[in-house]
Amino acid sequence: MDITLDDVIEMLEDIQEDVDYRSCTTLIDDHVLDSFDILAIVSAADDEFDVTIPAKDIVPGNFNSAQALCALINRLADED
Amino acid sequence: MQSILYWLESSAQRMPHKVAVADPDATLTYAELQDQARRIGSWLIANGVRPRTAVALYAEKSPLVLAAMLGVVYAGGFHCVIDVRQPKARVHGICEALQPTLVLTDAANASCANELFGHTSLLVARIEDLPDVIDEPALAAVRTQAMDVDPLYVNFTSGSTGVPKGVVVSHRSVIDFIPTFVSTFGITDKDVLANQAPFDFDVSVKDIYACLLVGATLRIVPRAYFSNPTQLMDYVCDCEATTLVWAVSALCFVSIMGGLDYRVPHGLKRVLFSGEVMPPKQLAIWQDHLPQTSFVNLYGPTEITCNCTYFCIDRRYDAHETIPMGKPFANKQVFLLDDHDQLVPQTVTDVVGEVCVSGTCLALGYLGDAQRTAQAFVQNPLNRRWMEPIYRTGDLARYDKDANLVFCARKDHQIKHLGQRIELGDIESAAQGVDGVERAVCLYDDRRKRLVLCYVGSPERTAVKERLRELLPSYMVPNNTRKLEQLPLTKNGKVDRDALMVIARIKR
Repeated sequence: MDITLDDVIEMLEDIQEDVDYRSCTTLIDDHVLDSFDILAIVSAADDEFDVTIPAKDIVPGNFNSAQALCALINRLADED
Repeated sequence: MQSILYWLESSAQRMPHKVAVADPDATLTYAELQDQARRIGSWLIANGVRPRTAVALYAEKSPLVLAAMLGVVYAGGFHCVIDVRQPKARVHGICEALQPTLVLTDAANASCANELFGHTSLLVARIEDLPDVIDEPALAAVRTQAMDVDPLYVNFTSGSTGVPKGVVVSHRSVIDFIPTFVSTFGITDKDVLANQAPFDFDVSVKDIYACLLVGATLRIVPRAYFSNPTQLMDYVCDCEATTLVWAVSALCFVSIMGGLDYRVPHGLKRVLFSGEVMPPKQLAIWQDHLPQTSFVNLYGPTEITCNCTYFCIDRRYDAHETIPMGKPFANKQVFLLDDHDQLVPQTVTDVVGEVCVSGTCLALGYLGDAQRTAQAFVQNPLNRRWMEPIYRTGDLARYDKDANLVFCARKDHQIKHLGQRIELGDIESAAQGVDGVERAVCLYDDRRKRLVLCYVGSPERTAVKERLRELLPSYMVPNNTRKLEQLPLTKNGKVDRDALMVIARIKR
């Protein structure tokens, strides 16, 4: 399965709109997304892409940008 | 017994060197906690705090902040912890209602506090800077005046008109509830409670006062750990927590984030949760990992001092089932009134009524708001013979076949979102205050846990949202905003919320 960056951005926009997901690389560091948004992302990844993000991967680096998140989701989808 | 301070003093006498409260940065033994509280109390008395007056605490939770809360009580006053993450406008609204004598803050929040309160006549003091002097005669003089009906704390919750409501709770209600809470669940001085709730939430009242009563240890979990499941689980396991009294959303955070797959806190004897309806799927994850642990569903709004009913989970629940709210704690009446203010018998399972509560647990009302107090705290319509105030919760429930209460819905537009109690009217009122917005209606997508704001008016979505971020706490800022040409109306000319749900693509 190939999950595109657009798919991930669509999911993120549903959680928190009006964020420049294409260019922002500090979503967590700059508090654009908070812990509740991360929770929503983990739930949405499960609902929409059938991908479970394990606790060890819930680190700022994987959530700071849509690109990083997209890479994470694709890696986890391939592992399944 | 007039004051909760007796619990602190008794535990400090029995086990002075035991850890009373700790977080990753600081630790206070019972003797130290008592000393610090008396030191802070002495200074507060010298600086104008009088019995039955308010002191605001502008700080994140910490052992020192707990000492300051108890220091306020030593001065005869009542405390109100203000969430430092709230926007300026909200903090000012709270302070207007609270009318504190002064503001205590800590080193980490001092500059923010000075910026917020600098222009007011309020004295802002850093807890760390207070002198190390205990004025025994002054403390004793205050103590002789103490009454158990004196306010102990005020917690602010969302209000439907946009003005937060300050729920005032007395020593007496806490003295009534905590011993029952502790004995019902068998909490002793051997226990370690890992505190999740912020101190401006009444879930923390159970953590704090249960510990003081029995001499247990309170381990404060820093808020930031709730963004990092491995750090959170390491902390809960390493501090050897035996007891969690957590919001449902916090437990779901752990289960959804895979925290229990990473590390299981095997020392947990009991996990008590409240604040929202627990999804059975998430509870099952906890039950799978901790088969020996007891799980308890607690129910009750801030106005009745923490909780009024509880239900010990006795089995697995299917996804479509609702975990009951259970039965009342000792020394309180919890009953259902139907649309005609008639009592719903416990044997009837198909009638929904409003949950009403009476007993010592009732709060003293809403601070400075006689009107809203009179609406919510009313004479029991079933009792025409003596004065018996009840609190009408606005929650609708029914009985199951075992006479357990089961939550059904809200009577009004209050919702629970991310563990927070929110009046949708509060958000609507803020949105309608934005220049150019003519009308705003806020909806809640319960399935997807999203706040959706629909509005009519000239400003663009981004402008509305930007302004709302300045007015509302982050958990109340809508996840989605929709600008509409007009709002759908019912035949009576009211906003048709059902039609709006369809427009906003919210599925029930």
